[in-house]
Amino acid sequence: MTISPLTRRYPLIALLMLVFSLAAHSGEAPESQPWLDALDTLKKGSMPAREKAILQLAEIKDAHNLAILQALLDGKLYLTKTDAKLVIGTDNHQGFDISNAINGASLGVVEHDALSKINLTNKMRGTLRKIIGELELSADDPKVRLAAVKAMAKDADEKALALLRERGGLEQDEAVRAAIKLTLLLQDMDSEDKGVRIKAIEGVKGFDSQEAANRLNAMVEKDENGEFMEPDGDIRDLAKAALININSRLQLYSSIETVFFGLSLGAVLVLSAIGLAITFGVMGVINMAHGELMMLGAYTTYVMQQLMPNYLGWSIILSIPAAFVISALVGIAIERGIIRFLYGRPLETLLATFGVSLILQQSVRSIFSPLNRSVATPEWMSGSWQINDFLSLTWNRFYILVFCLLVFVLLLQILKRTRLGLEVRAVAQNRKMAKAMGIPTARVDAMTFGLGSGIAGVAGVALSQITNVGPNLGQAYIVDSFMVVVFGGVGNLLGTLVAGFSLGIANKFLEPFAGAVLAKILVLVFIILFIQKRPRGLFPQKGRAADS
Amino acid sequence: MKLLTLATQDKTCTTVLMLLAAVTVVIPLCNVLTAVDSPLHFSAYTVSLVGKYLTFALLGMSLDLVWGYCGILALGHGAFFALGGYAMGMYLMRQIGTRGVYGDPLLPDFMIFLNWKELPWYWFGFDNFGFALLMVVLAPGALAFVFGWLAFRSRVTGVYLSIITQALTYALLLAFFRNEMGFGGNNGLTDFKDILGFNIQSENVRSMLLFLSGSALIISFLLCRWIAGTKLGRVVTAVRDQESRVRFLGYRVEMFKLWIFVFAAMLAGVAGALYVPQVGIINPSEFTPLNSLEIVVWVAMGGRGTLYGAIIGAVVVNYSKTVLTGLMPDAWLFILGSLFVVITVLLPDGIVGLMRRNIRGKQV
Amino acid sequence: MNSFAENLFNEDDKVSSLVVEGKVDTRHGPILYMEDVSVSFDGFKALNKLSLFIDAGELRCMIGPNGAGKTTMMDVITGKTKPDTGSVFFGQTIDLLKMDEPAIAQAGICRKFQKPSVFDALSVFENLELALKTNKGAWNTLFFRLNSEQSDRIGDVMETVGLSALAHSRAGILSHGQKQWLEIGMLLMQEPKVMLVDEPIAGMTHQEIERTAELLLSLQGERSLVVVEHDMEFVRSIAQKVTVLHEGGVLTEGTMDEVQNDPRVIQVYLGG
Repeated sequence: MTISPLTRRYPLIALLMLVFSLAAHSGEAPESQPWLDALDTLKKGSMPAREKAILQLAEIKDAHNLAILQALLDGKLYLTKTDAKLVIGTDNHQGFDISNAINGASLGVVEHDALSKINLTNKMRGTLRKIIGELELSADDPKVRLAAVKAMAKDADEKALALLRERGGLEQDEAVRAAIKLTLLLQDMDSEDKGVRIKAIEGVKGFDSQEAANRLNAMVEKDENGEFMEPDGDIRDLAKAALININSRLQLYSSIETVFFGLSLGAVLVLSAIGLAITFGVMGVINMAHGELMMLGAYTTYVMQQLMPNYLGWSIILSIPAAFVISALVGIAIERGIIRFLYGRPLETLLATFGVSLILQQSVRSIFSPLNRSVATPEWMSGSWQINDFLSLTWNRFYILVFCLLVFVLLLQILKRTRLGLEVRAVAQNRKMAKAMGIPTARVDAMTFGLGSGIAGVAGVALSQITNVGPNLGQAYIVDSFMVVVFGGVGNLLGTLVAGFSLGIANKFLEPFAGAVLAKILVLVFIILFIQKRPRGLFPQKGRAADS
Repeated sequence: MKLLTLATQDKTCTTVLMLLAAVTVVIPLCNVLTAVDSPLHFSAYTVSLVGKYLTFALLGMSLDLVWGYCGILALGHGAFFALGGYAMGMYLMRQIGTRGVYGDPLLPDFMIFLNWKELPWYWFGFDNFGFALLMVVLAPGALAFVFGWLAFRSRVTGVYLSIITQALTYALLLAFFRNEMGFGGNNGLTDFKDILGFNIQSENVRSMLLFLSGSALIISFLLCRWIAGTKLGRVVTAVRDQESRVRFLGYRVEMFKLWIFVFAAMLAGVAGALYVPQVGIINPSEFTPLNSLEIVVWVAMGGRGTLYGAIIGAVVVNYSKTVLTGLMPDAWLFILGSLFVVITVLLPDGIVGLMRRNIRGKQV
Repeated sequence: MNSFAENLFNEDDKVSSLVVEGKVDTRHGPILYMEDVSVSFDGFKALNKLSLFIDAGELRCMIGPNGAGKTTMMDVITGKTKPDTGSVFFGQTIDLLKMDEPAIAQAGICRKFQKPSVFDALSVFENLELALKTNKGAWNTLFFRLNSEQSDRIGDVMETVGLSALAHSRAGILSHGQKQWLEIGMLLMQEPKVMLVDEPIAGMTHQEIERTAELLLSLQGERSLVVVEHDMEFVRSIAQKVTVLHEGGVLTEGTMDEVQNDPRVIQVYLGG
């Protein structure tokens, strides 16, 4: 082990390094005697003894060690005046909430003057800071180590940097090592040695770091007097090159993010359109109440959550079949009660189902109130997946994307492999022939409609996770879903999938330039124009039957 | 038999026309001639309500021309009504002048509020009543022309056409909600002061507007009936029933559809222009797809393909709406929804069909 | 812009730039040329390199089993279906593939559909009035008034097809056979040069069939007729030349006797 100049200058650190390696190998049991002794010294002893105790503590691995040292540094470590117990206290303005420092057990609330603080010298604070950083840096959990590096990077002084430098050589975890390297490089950018700076800039451009981008930006900008912030022209040029490098990646990430947003919007569109693709595409029935069937699915989710408030995750999962069944039953009722009297009269079907949609909306308004209901998101669906400084993907949208694909594949399988699917396709292609062959067309119609409606319900469950659940939920999606079906080509499920995703992505790419509303308008106008050019959509059905 | 139904049809038609003429003349006349406390005097509320119904009747009739005669189920007809309304609203806004809250002689209040410095180019000319009137028909007409030109030429028909007309009005709804469009955004255009120098709130102006609405309806009705009776009317009916066959007779079907569509859009624009001064506001909600669908219900309820059926339907549905939303506000959507279902399933020919069936039943 | 305005207000110019009234160039004999026309739907070849020439004034009968391509052939000629390959000319000079249905109809090729398609909501008289050969632009149609000559013509045609008594009845109440005749009457009103007649006698009584045969025979010479019919007896009664279609192409052509004795035809019809 070579001794770096830094360790020579700071023998304490060298000592700590040694201590650390010892501690790491000794693996002493928690609440061991030496630990308790050291704590004892800490509370009794004079200042030098206290300093020694701190160093002793640093040698020992204990679950509560870090908490005690942190509390000590923050001035939250106290002695009870009555029985001289070491406690951690948090000021709650009336008194202190205290807990036993040794085992973390809560000891209730005491008066302010029931405790006496364990004081520190400035030198001890410095030592403590190092020890804490060191302890965290050497924690078993890489996440803690990463957090420690990031915390230290915020206001890294020479000592912290030295620590990081040492740690960087030992670190096994890729992410932590990268974080350490980045922190050091950022520090080197301000070095006095031009060579170091050049190396740092060269090094930093490989990192996806907002901080690095900011620092580089600062280098190439001018101050208010028109002078460059960075006087050295070579450095400026290098920084510019590095910025270009980072920005090109930045663009890539933002494109990836836009594509992801587009895909997730597309997933919502596909989910809402796919049920329609069945009822409209396969059966030729235009169901304006489709959006309201989605709304029923979303309300089913809401009710399920009310029924089992303590099992959020399960309630969502159980909502899927529940919503399917409810929407499917309502759909079948609509088909049997109204639509079957109107086969062959598409415009009348459109109007009648629109009437149904009004009735469903008003029913929900009367039952649940006209206000939006909030549906909670389970923990595993909230938050986001932070890939780097520039790229993070939200979990709920990610799950919806996956869910959409699952539903799609399942539906395709149902249509391809089951008896019902076969009958549905047969009726769609030639109703009379299917009837002649003994297929109960009336039942198939009802089942098909039920299937399409059920999927609308399932889409509603997904929607409840990303939008407000209210009586108008369905209306917002009905025009969009029709557009997707028509754009993709009626009667073609794959077309619906492609159309949904491409419209979603197009929408998200337009948004930065045009704003959300204008983007939507542009997409609508595009589809209107597209239908003019290709009235049968992206993937038209060909043949004589399609002409009639 | 055939002649009988024709005669009764004409009788109902005549009755409707007479009633219309009576309403158009009697209400304004009574209000101008009698004192406010006279039993023959109609309240301001009644006058503007009746005036509103008359504009709705005109709107419904214009849709019937498109749907009942030409077979195009347009689900965006309200958009043309709203455009006509906005054209009139822009004139009325320019009339406010310095009486606005901010007192700017040129810019309407909402533009000042948005910190706009100058009038957008498309607001020029609207201080001139004649120009505004021209726009009342040209703006909806132009939109209908461009849309119809694209749609009919590429032979988009049936439910596809219905859906894209709905998308059209939906897109306009979104667009007019934007403040940047320069039409007052969410709030639309309101706080009108006067029209042609007369106070818009005054009784006489209201009576005049009712008279104008009634006259416009009667004139348009006669015009539509004349069109329906020409060979063009027969071609259009033929298009409704067998579009492709008409093509093989050598008619450019898309042109016939286009002109009917444009003409109906212009009528709807006139209806909108008469509607706005009577209700005192125009905002983007007029573009909501639901509004356009309500028009369809009026026509279906009255009986499509008859013109006067649309007038009956518009008045009956809207009167019920006024009464019922007052009595039990929650029930209206239930009733409207049920109307859609009941009419399409049980009463495909609407009220007029029901009356004819009754009369025929008695004769047999 | 020019053609745009032209389209709107003066729709017939599009046609007249291609056709000079009464001047379909038939100097070389045929009035209708179809060469190597192929149409496929989803891989199914409805027409397979079909070549067909109809002489001016000729009455041609087309026969063939179901799916032989008879209706598709008419769809191609009248502009309803655009072929994948091949060319279709009206006379020597008019390329039908560049025209749409109304233009082709105005040029003088008219069609009776397999399923009689008349306008049920209009009267017999009105049906014929719509078909009347005249300027069919929207504006002209709006201000159209029948002159006495045109009324007489409608009267004549109603006489010819035996519907005078029903002039003001709605077409919807006519029997199947009467509808067939009304549609033939509509064809006559258009004064076409070529008439494509798809299954004219379905649903007709014996006498009606005979009168139809007479009518069609009386038209030849003045007009060219292409008649598709399954009823062999009827075909025999009117045909000079018969074309047999099979699998989208011409199987054979000749007189009825020649065709009937052709072993290939027998095989196709009887399935060998």
